[in-house]
Amino acid sequence: MSELTTGRPGAVAGATALGRGLAMTGRCLRIGWRNVDAVVTSLVLPVMLMLMFVYLFGGAIHTGTAYKTYVLPGVLVLCAGFGSALAAVRVCEDMTGGVVDRLISMNVGGIAILAGHVIASVLRNLMSSALVVGVALAIGFRPHASPAAWLGAAGVLLAFILAVSAVSVVIGLLVTSPEAANGCTFVLLFLPYPSSAFVPVSTMPSWLQGFARHQPATPVIGSIRGLLLHQPLGSQPGLALAWCAGITAVAVAGSAAAFRRRAARG
Amino acid sequence: MPADIAVRTDAVTKSFGARQVLRGLNLAVPRGSVYSLLGPNGAGKTTTVRILATLARPDSGNVRIAGLDALASPREVRSRISLTGQHATVDAALTGAENLRLAARLAGMARADARRRADELLAGFGLAEDGGRRAGTYSGGMRRRLDLAAGLVSRPEVMFLDEPTTGLDLTGRQAVWQVIRELAASGATIFLTTQYLEEADQLADRVAVLDGGVIVADDSPGALKRQVGGSELVLELAGHDSFDVVLRRLGRRVLHSDPAAQVIGAATEGDGPAVRALLDEVDPDRRMVHRFAVHDVSLDAVFLALTGRGVAAGSDLAQEETCNV
Repeated sequence: MSELTTGRPGAVAGATALGRGLAMTGRCLRIGWRNVDAVVTSLVLPVMLMLMFVYLFGGAIHTGTAYKTYVLPGVLVLCAGFGSALAAVRVCEDMTGGVVDRLISMNVGGIAILAGHVIASVLRNLMSSALVVGVALAIGFRPHASPAAWLGAAGVLLAFILAVSAVSVVIGLLVTSPEAANGCTFVLLFLPYPSSAFVPVSTMPSWLQGFARHQPATPVIGSIRGLLLHQPLGSQPGLALAWCAGITAVAVAGSAAAFRRRAARG
Repeated sequence: MPADIAVRTDAVTKSFGARQVLRGLNLAVPRGSVYSLLGPNGAGKTTTVRILATLARPDSGNVRIAGLDALASPREVRSRISLTGQHATVDAALTGAENLRLAARLAGMARADARRRADELLAGFGLAEDGGRRAGTYSGGMRRRLDLAAGLVSRPEVMFLDEPTTGLDLTGRQAVWQVIRELAASGATIFLTTQYLEEADQLADRVAVLDGGVIVADDSPGALKRQVGGSELVLELAGHDSFDVVLRRLGRRVLHSDPAAQVIGAATEGDGPAVRALLDEVDPDRRMVHRFAVHDVSLDAVFLALTGRGVAAGSDLAQEETCNV
């Protein structure tokens, strides 16, 4: 047993913030892939949603274009909500169990812990998004987009995924149980519905149109739709990125404060 | 601070709102020793460990760990300590080996070093054959050993173990004790909290009893137990008259008594001759003692002897802590 405690001490000196963040990201991803919920949410649900909207609702909804073409950006945004919600539960588990104490006592700070969750969430969501696009192409989605437009659409989606992942992390820090974390993420899941995701805003009652036109999901969906279908974009990409940057900034600041409060308890 | 003291606190206080949890804590833990902080639920054990492990700041007082000022340089202190809390912190979805490799990576080791260290620790903790299994499939005792192993990746000078065997069955508890004994033999300083006198007795060189936010006793386990006798003889009396007579004859050896149930707990050495002699002394005609049983002396009994307060006071403290965590 002596070899277990003696020998060179202070190996911690070699640890970098980046190295710790990457190790934490790897941990989150690995745990995610071993959790049936997470796998279903990341792999099965996106495919189901895409097929459900196109084949179940698509026939009854008239948008002026083929529904599979219209609905793709909405499904991408919806999946981002589902995928990111997992992070809230994971963060809460880390904060309410003894994990956060152990990590802080190892000099792993809040930035590495939370960044690990956010980056893992973003990577999981990007994969789900790729899957959704793959399914869309397989069932006949035919975009009119240059490689630059594809990249632009991916960039807007990435910004949105980052923003909802960051919000999910704040939720995980604010609530006191993983069950509550799961419950509170409904905001992320419902946000896309009152927007241009699934039906044109003009078909909604007028009181709802105001919200639908001015909520963050609408310019995100509008930008992705416009870029992929080569439609006029207007101010939508700018609005989308401003929303995402603002939400991310508020969420990061909120996370920092909430983490300090939680870590200092007791 | 002398070089042979691994953990020292001077007049440490800590309050949560109106409730003062620590009221001037003074500790001096010799380097290389196993030091046990004993106290009931709510006595402030976890708060003490959190302060020593740099997770919480005291309201006043000084803390020195491994020769460093823990309040001024927490990061340096953290690189020399490990903390194993009450809740297992290993990831159930990861295998034993993955958990240890992650801990080693977080401690700054290169991938190959982390792998080697993980294998070394698995073997050392009797988990070599289970390293490929998910920690979620481990027994409570195995998981706690894995937790202890994860705390050792960077070879800490001081290990803080907060109630390391709470919630384990006997087998698990004994396996963890074995690990702690081996760690102690290797020269690490181990600071452990426990609610169990027996655990402190089994493991510790020195036991400090925490009560009401201060240390009320600090001695070797043997010396502490001698203060209250090694065991407790529980007597069930044949009637109220017998109860009164035996209570009087036992005098200061009474640890607790319950007139309604006609039960008296008395301090005894616990071996055959001592119990026999005590029974003969209090009940020479063999009419008054209906039944008896011998138990190891409980923490409550030590507590009663040291503080003049019994179980009820301890439970109140426990409730307060629950409300404030």
